[in-house]
Amino acid sequence: MHVAKPAYDKVIFELSSPGRFAYSLPESDVPDSDPAALLPKEHLRASAADLPEVSEVDVIRHYSRLSQMNYGVDTHFYPLGSCTMKYNPKINEDMARLGGFAWLHPLAPEAASQGALQLMWELARDLAEISGMDEVSLQPAAGAQGELAGVLMIRAYHLARGERRHTVLIPDSAHGTNPASTALAGFSVVELKSEANGDVDLVDLERHLDEDVAAFMITQPNTLGLFESRIHQITEMCHAKGVQVYMDGANLNAILGITRPGDLGFDVCHFNLHKTFTTPHGGGGPGSGPVGIKAHLAPFLPTPVVVKRDDVFALDWNRPQSIGKLQAFWGNFGMLVRAYAYIRTMGPDGLRSVSENAVLNANYILKRLEGDYDRSAPGPCMHECVLSARRQKKLGVSAMDIAKRLLDLGFYAPSTYFPLIVEEALMIEPTETESKETLDQFCDAMIQIAREAETDPHTIHEAPVTTPVRRLDQTLAARQPILRWRPTK
Amino acid sequence: MANVPAELRYTREHEWAKVEGDRARIGITAFAQEQLGDVVFVELPKVGANVTAMKTFGVVESVKAVSDLFAPVSGEVVEVNAELPKTPELVNTDPYGRGWMLVIRMASPKDVDGLMSAADYEKLVADGGH
Amino acid sequence: MRYISNTSAQQKEMLGVIGVSSIEDLLVRIPAKARLARPLALPSAMAETDLIRHLRRLAGLNAGADDHACFLGAGSYDHAIPSPINHLISRGEFFTAYTPYQPEASQGTLRSIFEYQTMIAELTGMDVANASIYDGASSLAEATLMAHSVTGRDTLVISRGVNPLYRQVVETYVEGPGLKIKSVALGDGVTDVDALRKAVSKHSATVVIQYPNFFGSLEDVRAIADIAHEAGALLIVVADPVNLGLLTPPGASGADIVVGEGQGLGVPMSFGGPNLGVFAAKQELVRRMPGRLVGATVDVDGQRGFVLTLQTREQHIRREKATSNICTNVALCALMATIYVSILGKRGLRKVGELSTAKAHYAARELTKIPGVRLRFTAPFFKEFTLRLPKSPERVIKRLMKDRLLAGVPLKGFDRAYKDCLLVAVTEKRTKDEIDAYAAALAAAVA
Repeated sequence: MHVAKPAYDKVIFELSSPGRFAYSLPESDVPDSDPAALLPKEHLRASAADLPEVSEVDVIRHYSRLSQMNYGVDTHFYPLGSCTMKYNPKINEDMARLGGFAWLHPLAPEAASQGALQLMWELARDLAEISGMDEVSLQPAAGAQGELAGVLMIRAYHLARGERRHTVLIPDSAHGTNPASTALAGFSVVELKSEANGDVDLVDLERHLDEDVAAFMITQPNTLGLFESRIHQITEMCHAKGVQVYMDGANLNAILGITRPGDLGFDVCHFNLHKTFTTPHGGGGPGSGPVGIKAHLAPFLPTPVVVKRDDVFALDWNRPQSIGKLQAFWGNFGMLVRAYAYIRTMGPDGLRSVSENAVLNANYILKRLEGDYDRSAPGPCMHECVLSARRQKKLGVSAMDIAKRLLDLGFYAPSTYFPLIVEEALMIEPTETESKETLDQFCDAMIQIAREAETDPHTIHEAPVTTPVRRLDQTLAARQPILRWRPTK
Repeated sequence: MANVPAELRYTREHEWAKVEGDRARIGITAFAQEQLGDVVFVELPKVGANVTAMKTFGVVESVKAVSDLFAPVSGEVVEVNAELPKTPELVNTDPYGRGWMLVIRMASPKDVDGLMSAADYEKLVADGGH
Repeated sequence: MRYISNTSAQQKEMLGVIGVSSIEDLLVRIPAKARLARPLALPSAMAETDLIRHLRRLAGLNAGADDHACFLGAGSYDHAIPSPINHLISRGEFFTAYTPYQPEASQGTLRSIFEYQTMIAELTGMDVANASIYDGASSLAEATLMAHSVTGRDTLVISRGVNPLYRQVVETYVEGPGLKIKSVALGDGVTDVDALRKAVSKHSATVVIQYPNFFGSLEDVRAIADIAHEAGALLIVVADPVNLGLLTPPGASGADIVVGEGQGLGVPMSFGGPNLGVFAAKQELVRRMPGRLVGATVDVDGQRGFVLTLQTREQHIRREKATSNICTNVALCALMATIYVSILGKRGLRKVGELSTAKAHYAARELTKIPGVRLRFTAPFFKEFTLRLPKSPERVIKRLMKDRLLAGVPLKGFDRAYKDCLLVAVTEKRTKDEIDAYAAALAAAVA
């Protein structure tokens, strides 16, 4: 039964009233302020941009109402697999807003930016220690850019040794950014079959390893939430053929203080600060994707590199073999401050406790749900578990349906249909910041849905009914894209 | 129940070809459109372009996937379905009729011999389509 | 540990349910030789008050624009950030949400992105804008790849008026696809149109210019558009959207793609990041655009709603054939910009441009009264200009710091040909008093 609740349905333009304004700008205090006298006519806009005309109250009310239409970690359990939707500490927000950080221009003289450079240098060193890598670049703006940087460095490494290798091996369980970043770096992607539990198929790997392969890219723990236990063997197999091994660090939350990519034989790994290190997800970014490397790749790091000479911090541009730049400036500094504050808050024991509890929470969910949903693999999982809604699909209830029903029951849904190698996949990552009570409520809801799939699937197919809008027509949106607001005449 | 017209020829990538003299009319099969879901866009080459057998000539886009389109035969594109930009759903509703995509003037009519018969294609679909 | 809710009693309970005696039992798949045998060598945990003290000290070592008069530009600007923005984006439902994969529970984010897309399209004069790329430079890099994909051509013709840091990012991005870059020199601070005509050929995928350019000068976008189009190349214009409240939008002058840095639209400078990569294009290019797009649609009850659309081009579906590898955008920064544009509105954004250019022209006039100080170029400028100094710009900068003035960006590091030049930016925030103080200090410094 759909309870009709008038949802807020405005777009800011629809609140406009000609002449209303929300800004406060002083009058010009300099002489000769008429732009028509200062600039050639052809550079002056013929007609004003059609932008909103609203009051400050309109703005506050509208965006406050919009925020209420979102689920966020602050209000809901948000078990998106591989996204690590953990609590975002508020002290991090305060620290990022300190005047000397938020108001600092990137091209301020280095002598007047020592605090910022020191923070970056220390953070890079901390991430290197956490990952067992030798050096870290903080420049990439997000995980995908970190991947691109990593693959480009591997490319530069081979070229510097006089070798032009053309392919990169990637398992079929990988996140889509892996092959996309690889293709962007100019390589061909060869997809390797994974075993059913997401493990690397060693036979397939052996068959494909040759001197035309530049790199092997894997996620550890893998995208089914399992630790690839033969990792030393894998990295040795690769190195024997001169193949570099790249670790997608999306699942780092599982292994902090427990094991380190550098100790497993990886040559490169990237970090997702917006996952493991609590920088807020922001509705879809900004993220930050630092990349860590072993010493043999150091000449190829993006420029500039933050260095310390005696007690002075500086930007080192003298890197003739660098792969270049990923963004205009030095990295998403605002997010770096937050990650730094988090690492300092947790300390080494705290970080280890993070992973232990992340693993505990995921296994608890797995245990409570394994009676009603198919596991994707036997044995304990790490920080996330992947279930299959195969049983429910036979009753006509898909993973997507389950996700929608969860919204009505007060939870954001897990990831669905990833990894691709699991049918009707539901990838659940609770993170360490959730309490047992929340996990129990979630599991109770999932079990309830499993029952409803048997007795009352109609309720599931109708879901969601309590959200501001119900299921949306994706086909219409793609066939007749309306990508901007236009006034209705 | 597989919808596989007997008079057409097929590729492993789920395109069909209808021989019309020295030309071949091309589209995707009922099985393909079912797998794709609602088609939202079809990207096709222009008239005059050349296509090569078993190389991609365009893309068919649905809400959940994008699939490459493979030319069953080589030749020159002489006609492109002008209805598809406005009504891509024709690929779903009438894949063998109004959902046709290209007409190719075949460079080498022998290319057709390399294509699957309806019976073979039916078997492919029954085996899961791979 | 305040971020971890479960007590050891609860942990024990959970272990009991799972059927193991300790968390160690859950880590069995990790081989012993992989296990870290010592704690991480990091500083020990800091209490909040200690952390605040430590970070305040680090922040205090920096010359922020909150207590210095900032005349720095070159891609990051000290524009005023209206007070409501921080309050609104700090609402937990906005900043702790993630990508709107479940649109029914993300209408707040989706709706605001739809508004953002509309505003950027309006400002740039283009048909469609995406939900943002990481920054202006990566946006430009993505645009050049798109131009290559659309035209099938492999050469990029890039004016030397484009920010050199952006150009470096483009060089990095085109390494993989193996594209070539041809540079076009400047004449008196703007792209040399004759040189451009010679540089463009049937191999040119795109011509790239910046408006206003890196040196602050206003390019002749229309003339350059004509040259590009005659050769069958796309025109990409790099533009700062804050300026487009007053300046002619590149879309009206023939741009095919407009990219740029949206940081000036309410995003703190924050030592260079996070930023806001603006990306807008003509309608016929929409399916080749990288990045997320939000579209309007209806739900099962016929109610208006918003969704991520045209996603099949993106990495999570298309994988190695995706238009780009981009996954996150910079949603929170886009939200800041959306709120900024709502607050400034139709008239306010124009006024920001008017004030910026008025103050910049006043500053240029006052500073060039000083003997030996001259404008390097005669081309018209907007809110930034290049000064030629009779003394080393680096030394001038150091001296003016003592008066809490961030005097400008020295250009030697970008191009030795400009080693005696300083790039000065003036926004609506600079007061006449600040500018007069700058002039006095500069006069003393070069005397």
